[in-house]
Amino acid sequence: MDVELYRQMVRMRAMEKRAYDLFLRGLVKGTSHLSTGQEAVAAGFAAVMRPDDYTFATYRGHAHTLARGAPMAAILAELMGRGNGLMSGKGGSMHLTSTEHGMMGSYAIVGAHLPIAAGAAWSAQLRGTEQVAVCFFGDGTANIGAFHEALNLAAVWQLPVVYVCENNQYMEYTPIADVTAVERPAADRAAAYGLERIVVDGNDVEAVYETALTAFSKARTGGGPSLIEADTYRHGGHSRADPGTYRPQQEVEDWLARDPLPAYRAKLLAAGIDEETLAGIEDAAARETDEATKAAEDGPVPELALIERDLWADGGAAWRN
Amino acid sequence: MAQLTYRDAVARGLAQELRRDERVVLIGEDVAAAGGVFKTTAGLLDEFGPRRIRDTPISEQAILGAAMGAAMTGLRPVAEIMFSDFFGVGWDLLANQIAKTRYMAGGQLSLPLVVRAANGGGLRFGAQHSQDVANWVMAVPGLKVVVPSTPRDVIGLLAAAVRDPDPVIFLEAKGLYPVRGEVPDGEITDTLGSAVVRRAGQDCVIVALGLMVPRALAAAERLARDNGIDAEVLDLRSLVPLDVRAVLDALERTGRLFTVEENPRLCGWGAEVVSICAEEGFTSLDGPLVRITTPHVPLPAADSLEDAALPSVDRIADTIAKSMD
Repeated sequence: MDVELYRQMVRMRAMEKRAYDLFLRGLVKGTSHLSTGQEAVAAGFAAVMRPDDYTFATYRGHAHTLARGAPMAAILAELMGRGNGLMSGKGGSMHLTSTEHGMMGSYAIVGAHLPIAAGAAWSAQLRGTEQVAVCFFGDGTANIGAFHEALNLAAVWQLPVVYVCENNQYMEYTPIADVTAVERPAADRAAAYGLERIVVDGNDVEAVYETALTAFSKARTGGGPSLIEADTYRHGGHSRADPGTYRPQQEVEDWLARDPLPAYRAKLLAAGIDEETLAGIEDAAARETDEATKAAEDGPVPELALIERDLWADGGAAWRN
Repeated sequence: MAQLTYRDAVARGLAQELRRDERVVLIGEDVAAAGGVFKTTAGLLDEFGPRRIRDTPISEQAILGAAMGAAMTGLRPVAEIMFSDFFGVGWDLLANQIAKTRYMAGGQLSLPLVVRAANGGGLRFGAQHSQDVANWVMAVPGLKVVVPSTPRDVIGLLAAAVRDPDPVIFLEAKGLYPVRGEVPDGEITDTLGSAVVRRAGQDCVIVALGLMVPRALAAAERLARDNGIDAEVLDLRSLVPLDVRAVLDALERTGRLFTVEENPRLCGWGAEVVSICAEEGFTSLDGPLVRITTPHVPLPAADSLEDAALPSVDRIADTIAKSMD
């Protein structure tokens, strides 16, 4: 499991760095929100999930999508607007979805997916499947109405849902502390919904894993929802247009020193995992990323017929006879 | 055959679908123990129990989000938004999430859900509990929009909406809740996107929806009696899908077309209907296409003002008589 957590983080990092390169080359259009630096949260949670559990993510959802098993080539192709993209180019970076992998979508309007995740959890509860829904969101989300509506409903209905605040310290360009009435945007709100106050070091993948395990087993056995605040930091700006210069240099350096990947690599080495194994994981991730990039770049432009396809379940988009 | 109110038809239609398919569930504010503020869900909690009939907090985003999440994972939820004006509170969920997610996901998931709401005027509730918002939802790609005008259609179209694999906004004309109508015994089903001729006529067609259908029928009777005008009344029943063929057929038969809309003037459904007629039915036209609507204002509360703002039988008949003079 230890090595597997590392493997997943390395793959995420490699893919996100490649996404950034592709953007610089003009091949990723629109916008993209990278989670470089936040990999431990995605890896730690995905590791405790059953294949039929549900993930709901935000526009910063590339790593979560990869973590659930969606192919890297399809993710990169989607970012590049190719016909072999995860959604044939119709969703783009902010809406990665792969239902066959339990990735129920990336939602780009802050807060919206918290009630949707509650609905999936309610469905699992009614159907008696012991599935769990996990919903990742940023610190800024804790100040929007849908957060509070969803937490309240989840608590009242005792839903099998795990809410995970990825507190990367900034809501877009503004320090979260400047715009939040409490110190911890998510955890300090937990009491309002009768929930335990849970804070975890989101850059410590094993700590995340242990926290996720507890929350998932509680949800799966009818114990209701959890709200977890994971402290982390994005290495880059909010989105591709943002160099992140509003952040104090010392703060950036402090967080870079806590980069979850080298930290965990050192831990694994100290625990007796040999260098060759770790280097092998890194090489494999680099190869996978190169191959995925090539497959994405070689992908076709989406066929124009897709514009009027799949609005409705009959596959079309007709509104009249 | 029985006489049933439009209000009781809602509960009967829901019960019919809840009995048929155990995936069907109902959530909303006061829908369970209280039986709905309009008593449209009375008795459902007793028959189907608290697992399937659930009261929610006053949380329109949570209600709509929960319905969406449930629909994408195997249930067939019916969510009640008490007044359609409250769509404004949950508009992100309706217009950005429910409407767009299937399309953005390239068809990987479906959202078989129904959002029911009491819609429109007639009860003197003032502007925030009375607006006909059919044109709001009609303007959003990815939402189907249904507005029944009779108790029988409430049941049949509700069944069609619940069984439909896509999101359906089911607008109940709250001004019609007390109105009775003939309803056959047994299961009633229907089809979305099929308009119905409520009154045959040769001189013109009045296209109407929801609360405006009985008014259009009464206006047609007045026109026949006072003006010798034989008006057809076409009940659209759904805006998406839109039965364009029925509209163009009626125009071709009669040569004149009027729309009667409860919504404020701008971008009402009638604008789309007359635009289609202008494009595709031009050679059938014997006179101008005329829209009869509420003025472009929020609906006032006082009974005298509300009555004068909504298209009345007299205003409909007078407008048509003058236009065809």
